[in-house]
Amino acid sequence: MRRLPPALLIGAALSAAFLAIAALSLVWTPHSVTGVSISERLQPPSAQYVLGTDQLGRDLASMLMVGAQTSIAVALIAVGIGIALGVPLGLAAAATRGSLLDEIIMRGNDLIFAFPSLVIAILITARYGPSATNAILAIGIFNIPVFARVARGGALPLWTLDYILAARTAGKGRVRISVEHILPNILNLLIVQATIQFSLGILAEAALSYVGLGAQPPVPSWGRMLAEAQTMIYSHPMLAILPGLAIVLMVLGLNLMGDGLRDALDPRLRRRRA
Amino acid sequence: MLRYLATRALSLGLSLVVASVVIFALIEVIPGDPASYMLGLNATDETLAALRTELGLDGSKFDRYLAWVGGMLTGDFGVSYTYRVPVAELVLDRLWVSLPLAIYALTLSTLIAFPVGILAAANRGGVLDVAIMGGTQLGIAVPNFWFAMLLVLLFAVTLQWFSAGGFAGWDDPLLAIKSLTLPAVALALPQASILARVMRSALIETLEQDYIRTARAKGLSRRQAVLRHALKNALIPVLTIIGLQFSFLLAGAIIIENVFFLPGLGRLIFQGITQRDLVVVESVTMLLVFAVILVTFLVDVAYALVDPRLRRR
Repeated sequence: MRRLPPALLIGAALSAAFLAIAALSLVWTPHSVTGVSISERLQPPSAQYVLGTDQLGRDLASMLMVGAQTSIAVALIAVGIGIALGVPLGLAAAATRGSLLDEIIMRGNDLIFAFPSLVIAILITARYGPSATNAILAIGIFNIPVFARVARGGALPLWTLDYILAARTAGKGRVRISVEHILPNILNLLIVQATIQFSLGILAEAALSYVGLGAQPPVPSWGRMLAEAQTMIYSHPMLAILPGLAIVLMVLGLNLMGDGLRDALDPRLRRRRA
Repeated sequence: MLRYLATRALSLGLSLVVASVVIFALIEVIPGDPASYMLGLNATDETLAALRTELGLDGSKFDRYLAWVGGMLTGDFGVSYTYRVPVAELVLDRLWVSLPLAIYALTLSTLIAFPVGILAAANRGGVLDVAIMGGTQLGIAVPNFWFAMLLVLLFAVTLQWFSAGGFAGWDDPLLAIKSLTLPAVALALPQASILARVMRSALIETLEQDYIRTARAKGLSRRQAVLRHALKNALIPVLTIIGLQFSFLLAGAIIIENVFFLPGLGRLIFQGITQRDLVVVESVTMLLVFAVILVTFLVDVAYALVDPRLRRR
């Protein structure tokens, strides 16, 4: 077996660790994240509170665990929206290359691309009320053109190959060819892109919840933890450092995994290396 | 060249029209009544009616859209409901913070990214390259507002070299630049990381071209080949990214301005949001989107100037 690139291993390990923490937080956290106890506020790390407590006496470690869950849920669903809508659009554009449909889909894509995504996300969440759902929608919309472009770009060269021609001669329609022959062959590209969009989604969620437009209290989120810690950065810097560190490690893990996957899955690069 | 510019200009115009429709629709069409949204639950019928008249809500949505766009084309951005001053005035004030901040950050990011990217490409596979690539991975993963907080912790709280926030105005240009320095660094770091990576891979790609081998064969040193031939050709993808980064910088500035309490466009939008001043939010968002779309257009034009292949078309 080929040796896997170290970036892929490190990235996959980091991402898996955060996924595991998020999954664990669904069933167990060391302390409750909704239980406020002022007498226990701003405790230093101890046997009872591994990372100490925040300004409301909530266990920081538990907050970070549930925060991972929030981040991952928002980013994952946003990626899902991008794939569910973007990939069929991209496949349709490629299958009808040069047609009016292709033109409309691609120009529509260009338009969404031209928008500063965070500005529009802020606009959406501000107008329709800050919530995790609106954050997901705002981030998800901007994933659609990304996946459409990747799907179309990957599918176009495939349509010129002989085995597609054979499938057409055999009487298969464009939809069936797209699903049965094109899609499996662009899966690599889509997986790599999904990893990248996932990490961008984590950053976007953090930014939105930092400005108060993401998940609302009492649901913990890394971005809002940072916002709340900002006023206490002089006296309790750890409250501001730890959630940021969590974001960086999660995003770093996903990015390394994305890069590693691209290298491992791209046959062109593989041949060059060999 | 002319045809290329004409298509780009056409798409610029089209993008702006669609952008304005989308923003207008997001804010005003669905769902609910903007006037009651702005005034909240306790508004009396009279104040609601007065605001509806002021905003022109009694007319049709189409008329209102035309009035809004027409106003903006002539420099009339509406009157802020909370400040009671024309939005254009508010924007002009804030522009003197946001624009210098974005330019400062873009300059920093380019100044860092170019040498770093070139160094990495020139030492491809070496220790320096690996270190730089690792560093840029980290730079990309850091949220700029968190980096901003760390900068405040180190340079404002511990070392006390800079103030933690606020803006003194341009009366003292040195002081103004000083108060924009930490925010600009916070904005520039992630951008510089991305740009350095693009610079590196673009340069590596051009270094593999035949004409570089020819240049080396005719006796140019590696350094000369990079600086004289490769760099110019690697600039095209780098330009694209710089153009795209302007969009990220503007969006990033919205958040960074809030970290440092800078009275820029970003804070104006957020004040508009918290005060439910839709006139401000709508017009300032459109302005930001306009700036981004315009920069994309200018980058396309810059391509044509840099790339003679596009010029001939």
